[in-house]
Amino acid sequence: MEVVFAIAIGVMAGSGIYLLLRPRTFQVIMGLSLLSYAVNLFIFGMARLRIGAAPVIDATRSADPALYADPVPQALVLTAIVIGFAVTALLLVVLLAARGLSGTDHVDGREPEQE
Amino acid sequence: MTQHLLILPILLPFLTGALLLFSSEARHGWRALFALFATLAQLAVALALLAGIDGWIATPWQGGVTVYALGNWAAPFGIVLVADHLATLMLTLTSIVGLATLVYALARWEHAGSHFLPLFQFLLMGLNGTFLTGDLFNLFVFFEVLLAASYGLALHASGVPRVKTGLHYIVVNLVASLVFLVAAALIYGVTGTLNMAEIALAVPRLDADARALFEIGALLLGIVFLVKAGAWPLNFWLPATYAAATPPVGAVFAILTKVGVYALLRFSILFGQDVAPAPFKGDWLFFCGLATIAVGTLGVLAAQKLDRLGGFMVVVSSGTLLAAFGFTGTTLTAPALYYLASSVLGSGAFFMLIELAERNRTAAADLLAISFEAFGLQDRHELEHPGEMAGVAIPAAMAFLGLAFFSCAAVLSGLPPLSGFVAKFALLKAAIAAPPVAPALNAGLLFTALLLSGLAALIALSRLGIRVFWDSERPTPRLQWLEAGPVAALVLLCFALAFGAGPAMAYFDAAARALHDPATYIGVVLSGGRP
Repeated sequence: MEVVFAIAIGVMAGSGIYLLLRPRTFQVIMGLSLLSYAVNLFIFGMARLRIGAAPVIDATRSADPALYADPVPQALVLTAIVIGFAVTALLLVVLLAARGLSGTDHVDGREPEQE
Repeated sequence: MTQHLLILPILLPFLTGALLLFSSEARHGWRALFALFATLAQLAVALALLAGIDGWIATPWQGGVTVYALGNWAAPFGIVLVADHLATLMLTLTSIVGLATLVYALARWEHAGSHFLPLFQFLLMGLNGTFLTGDLFNLFVFFEVLLAASYGLALHASGVPRVKTGLHYIVVNLVASLVFLVAAALIYGVTGTLNMAEIALAVPRLDADARALFEIGALLLGIVFLVKAGAWPLNFWLPATYAAATPPVGAVFAILTKVGVYALLRFSILFGQDVAPAPFKGDWLFFCGLATIAVGTLGVLAAQKLDRLGGFMVVVSSGTLLAAFGFTGTTLTAPALYYLASSVLGSGAFFMLIELAERNRTAAADLLAISFEAFGLQDRHELEHPGEMAGVAIPAAMAFLGLAFFSCAAVLSGLPPLSGFVAKFALLKAAIAAPPVAPALNAGLLFTALLLSGLAALIALSRLGIRVFWDSERPTPRLQWLEAGPVAALVLLCFALAFGAGPAMAYFDAAARALHDPATYIGVVLSGGRP
């Protein structure tokens, strides 16, 4: 399970970074989104991967911490998702404004000279 | 009652911003008054905290550190706010610069776009929270609050250059935020805690494998802070963004880079002076600071316009601080804090001043007109007579501008008799006294870098100053009291900092002592502030 998880994070982060370095704003925002998925999975993984363990204490089971998953990284992921979502939406608006003002979707606001 | 004082720097701007967001823009006067009042209250709270920490007024706080447990959950389990000398110093600087820029913005720039006032309050909230928090992930959240507000402010008044540089600014900071998350997760993964004081206790207990992972996490964290601080080679976005932002925003952004510097300093000491990973201390940070000074100095010399010059001056001051904190030993911390205060006030005044001086440049007027049109907010008579403004214009505008420009130049380049000189003098004196423990080469390099960057700043400022002030073609700008007042206040504070250097330095010394004694900080935080 760990290997699959690690490969998934690696592939997403790799594609994200590649897209981030592309010259079009849409590619950049897609890259940022992929990268943030990878980061969210990574935070989740920092709680150690467990199967069948809830992060919330169950009244019918004992309070032994070994029975439960670590709730903190899950809370962190939730916060990170919310913040990432909001900021991506904001970036999208700026991106549209840049497209409207400069007439191009190049990140520098102008097309590179043709050779 | 006094223990709740600590939450006010976060709650006040938060509630003010929220109320301003939902009040109609038509009630302009009331909104302005409300924002002004709230910012004044923040300044009062920051000063009260400063007085309490330094022992001027009797408080139950001990050792110069006070803790506020949010929701009354004790330290390692809940999130705590911690105020010590350094944090309250930063709070006070934030509210001073915030108040000055707010007053300045009310005169003119606030109308150039929408939602300036709420965004400004959220920026203050993010800044205050960053300085107060004692929790690594909470630090991330406040970073995001201040960054989200700063994105909006950087784009305030819109226009092509602002949107273009704003896009770069946002993307760079988003990537930095993702790296921050990876770092926080790694540190949590190996230490099992996010509380900064408990991380400090957990680090020496890590075994070799976990230690390696922790070092990677700390390295990433350091890179994030260096991006915020504008350290070379992570600062290419900075001068353009600061130059393109509206003047009041540029002025308040002067303190934004100091957030990165503050976080670096705080974590380098909590991670342990001797064992902190590379980006936080030692030669690595020192030479990074020197490179930043060098790049900033070249930029200062090359700048053709005052606003770009201001951006590069911010880079130079960041570099100076990084080099001072990276210098061997702890003797440079107090002078560096003095330099930080002086440079924040000086560059804040400078960003506002350059717009006043260059007001009659047609390009700027065009840009302003465009943004007024884009937002449909224009006053009819303002469009008809763009040069004429409401309010009383002050007499002898040119004399005032010249004097203020000279003072700012003296502060930024480190000439006597202003605070910039005292700061650089104190830094150099501490560097000379250091060689028994520090290599003489490093002291020499720091000496050269500081003097050369000062000389370059002086050359560039006088060259551009001549072009702006001795140009007889240029009509005299009209100034309002609302705009000249904040600039004058910040410059006068620089004077006060220079002439009250004794008491000020005593405070900075106490701050440095408290900072280099992390045991007290950790003890007070983890005991929940109780004796």
